[in-house]
Amino acid sequence: MAQMTMIQAITDAMATELKNDENVLVFGEDVGVNGGVFRATEGLQKEFGEDRVFDTPLAESGLTSLGLGVTLEGYRPVVEIQFFGFLFEAMDGVAGQIARHRARSGASKETPVVIRAPFGGGVHTPELHADSLEGLMAQTPGLKVVIPSNPADAKGLLIEAIRSNDPVVFLEHMKLYRSFREDVPDEEYTVEIGKANVKQEGDDITLIAYGAMVQEAMKAAEALAEEDISAEVIDLRTVSPVDYETLVKSVEKTNRAVVIQEAQRQAGVAANVASELSERAILSLEAPIMRVTAPDTVYPFTQAESIWLPNKDDIIERAKQVMDF
Amino acid sequence: MAPKKKFDPVKVLQEIESKFEMFQILDMDGKIVNEQEMPDLSDEELVELMKRMVWTRVLDQRSISLNRQGRLGFYAPTAGQEASQLASQFALDKSDYILPGYRDVPQLIWQGFPLTQAFLFSRGHFKGNQFPEGMNALSPQIIIGAQYVQTAGVALGIKKRGKDLVAITYTGDGGTSQGDFYEGINFASAYAAPAIFVIQNNNYAISTPRELQTAAKTLAQKAVASGVPGVLVDGMDPLAVYKVTKDARDRAVAGEGPTVIETLCYRYGPHTMAGDDPTRYRTSDEDSDWEKKDPLVRFRKFLEEKGLWSEEKENEVMEQAKEDVKAAIKEADATEKQTVTQLMDNMYEDMPANLKEQYEVYKEKESK
Repeated sequence: MAQMTMIQAITDAMATELKNDENVLVFGEDVGVNGGVFRATEGLQKEFGEDRVFDTPLAESGLTSLGLGVTLEGYRPVVEIQFFGFLFEAMDGVAGQIARHRARSGASKETPVVIRAPFGGGVHTPELHADSLEGLMAQTPGLKVVIPSNPADAKGLLIEAIRSNDPVVFLEHMKLYRSFREDVPDEEYTVEIGKANVKQEGDDITLIAYGAMVQEAMKAAEALAEEDISAEVIDLRTVSPVDYETLVKSVEKTNRAVVIQEAQRQAGVAANVASELSERAILSLEAPIMRVTAPDTVYPFTQAESIWLPNKDDIIERAKQVMDF
Repeated sequence: MAPKKKFDPVKVLQEIESKFEMFQILDMDGKIVNEQEMPDLSDEELVELMKRMVWTRVLDQRSISLNRQGRLGFYAPTAGQEASQLASQFALDKSDYILPGYRDVPQLIWQGFPLTQAFLFSRGHFKGNQFPEGMNALSPQIIIGAQYVQTAGVALGIKKRGKDLVAITYTGDGGTSQGDFYEGINFASAYAAPAIFVIQNNNYAISTPRELQTAAKTLAQKAVASGVPGVLVDGMDPLAVYKVTKDARDRAVAGEGPTVIETLCYRYGPHTMAGDDPTRYRTSDEDSDWEKKDPLVRFRKFLEEKGLWSEEKENEVMEQAKEDVKAAIKEADATEKQTVTQLMDNMYEDMPANLKEQYEVYKEKESK
C-alpha cells in the first residue's frame, strides 16, 4: 500500500496494463518523452519504449481516429486528449466512429479504446480547458463514461477501462490530480464500471455527485450533520451507465435526493439521473429531486470561477430546501 | 555582390504545380502511349481485369434499376469509375486493408465481399457490414474524410506488427476539402505508415464543381503539404491506375511511407439514387466528352488488338453478372429480418444496465 495522488494512481494503472498486455499502446500530444502535460505518463516511454508510448501530431481528430485504426490489428490504445475542451475537434472520431464501431460492424469488430482526458474547474486554466462535457458523451450510445473522484478508484477504474472491449471515455478532474493523497494498493485490482460507491451512509437525504463535486458533497454532509441532517453521499463513478440500483436503494431509505454536478444545468447528467429516479422511486419521495449545477452560461473567465462553480454551500442550501419542502 | 533575387511566390507555386502531370499508359483509342511504364500483367490478368470492369458496369446498371424498383436502398452509382476503383484494387494483396467511402462498394466485392451482403448494406441490414473471415476491411464510410484518418491508424497498426500489407482508402474530390483528409495523410506521413490514399476526382461533389473546392490546380499536389509523394493519373485508364497503385504499394511495403493518388475520372450517373438530378448542374456535352474516354471502351480496344477479348466473351460476362445479381438479390430477400434485441446485442460486449433493462422489454415484444 502506497500513498498516492490521483495522477500517480493513473500512471500506475497505465504502467500495470502496459506490462500485462503487449497490445496496450499509449499515445497523444506530448505523452512520450515529456511524460504528459500533467505527468500522467511520466516514465512510461522510458520503461516501455517508443513503440508502446508515443507522441502524435497536434490534431485531435487524427489522434483519436488513429486509436480506432490500430484496433484493427488487435491493439488496445489508451488515447489522450490533452484537455477535454478539445473534444469538439475529435467529436466525429469519438461519437461518430469509435462509439458506433462495434454496432456498425454487426459485432464483428471490438473497440477496446480508452480515451483519457483532463477536465474540470478551480485551477484557473485558460479558455476551453476546464469545461464539463461529459453530458455529450453520456448521450452517445456505444460509449461508457467514467469519472473517478479519488486515487484508489482512478487506478481500479482505469485498469478496468483498459481491459474492456468496449470504448471508455475516462475523464480526470484536474483539481483532483494532486489535491490529496490516499492509500492505493500496489497490486493490480479493478473497480467495476457502472457501479456507484456509497461514500457515506445517512438516513435523511441522498446526495448524488461525481468528479470534484464528491468532495464538496462530503463537506456539505459534514456541515449538515452539525444541524442533525444525516446525508448519504453517493459517488456515481460512472456517469454512463448510471448505477440506478444503488441510487434507488438509497432514495427508498432517505426519501429525498439532490443531484450535484459541476456542469451547467442544461448539461452534465443530473437531469437524466433525476428523471430516472423519479420514474423508479416516485412513491418513496417526500420532495422533488433537486439539482445543484453551474449556471447555463459558457464556462467562466478564470477570475469568475469561484463565483460560478458550484460548491458545498450551494449543496447545503439545496439540501435544506429539499428537507423543508 | 550580385543583386538579391526577388522571391516570387507565384512562380514557386507554378513550378510546383507543373510537376503534377497526368500519368497515362493507354489512350482513349486503346493505344499504349507509355510503353516503358507498362505494368507487368499476364494475359490472364489483363482479361480478368476486363471481366471485372464489365461485370461491375452491369452491376451498376442493375443496382440502379433495383433501386428504382425499391429492391435496393442507398446506392451511389459507379459507372465510369471502373478503372479507378477496380484497377487500384487489382494491385492489392488479398489481405490488404480497404477503407472505402460510400461509393466504393465494388472494391470490397472484388476483395472478397459477397454480393448478397453488398445488397444488404444498401438496404440497411447489419449483416451487410459483417466481413467474411480473413477479409480486412471496414464498411463504406458515410462521414467524408473519416476513412482517411482511420487509415492512418490501420497502417500504423500494420507497421507495428511488421506485416507486408498496406491500408488503402478512397475519397472523392469534394472530400479533399475536409480536415480529416489532411490529418489522415499527415499522420501516415509522420509515422511513415504503409497507406495509399486515393482521391477519385470525378469533377463533382453532388452539384459542386471541383473548381469550387480549391484553387489548387491538382488534388494530387495536396500531398506536398504532408511531404508525401502525390501522383495524378488518368482515372479512365486501367493500366495507369494499376501501375501507380502497385508502385505505391511497393513503396509502402518497403517502409517508405504513404502515397497520394488522384484519379481523374467521371461518374455518368447521379451522385446517389436519393433524388439527385445531374441535369441540373451538368451539360450533355460534358457527359459525352467523358464517355469517349470510357475505361471499358479503351481497354476493350486494347485487348481486342491483342486477340484477348471478343464480343462473345463480353456477353458471357454480362450474362454472368446478371445471373449473379439475380441470385444475390434473392438471397438478400431470404435474409432474416433484424430485431431490436439484435441491435442491442451488437452494441457492447459487456451490455450496460440501461440496455439490459430495455433488452427485456424488447425481448418480450418480439416474443409476441
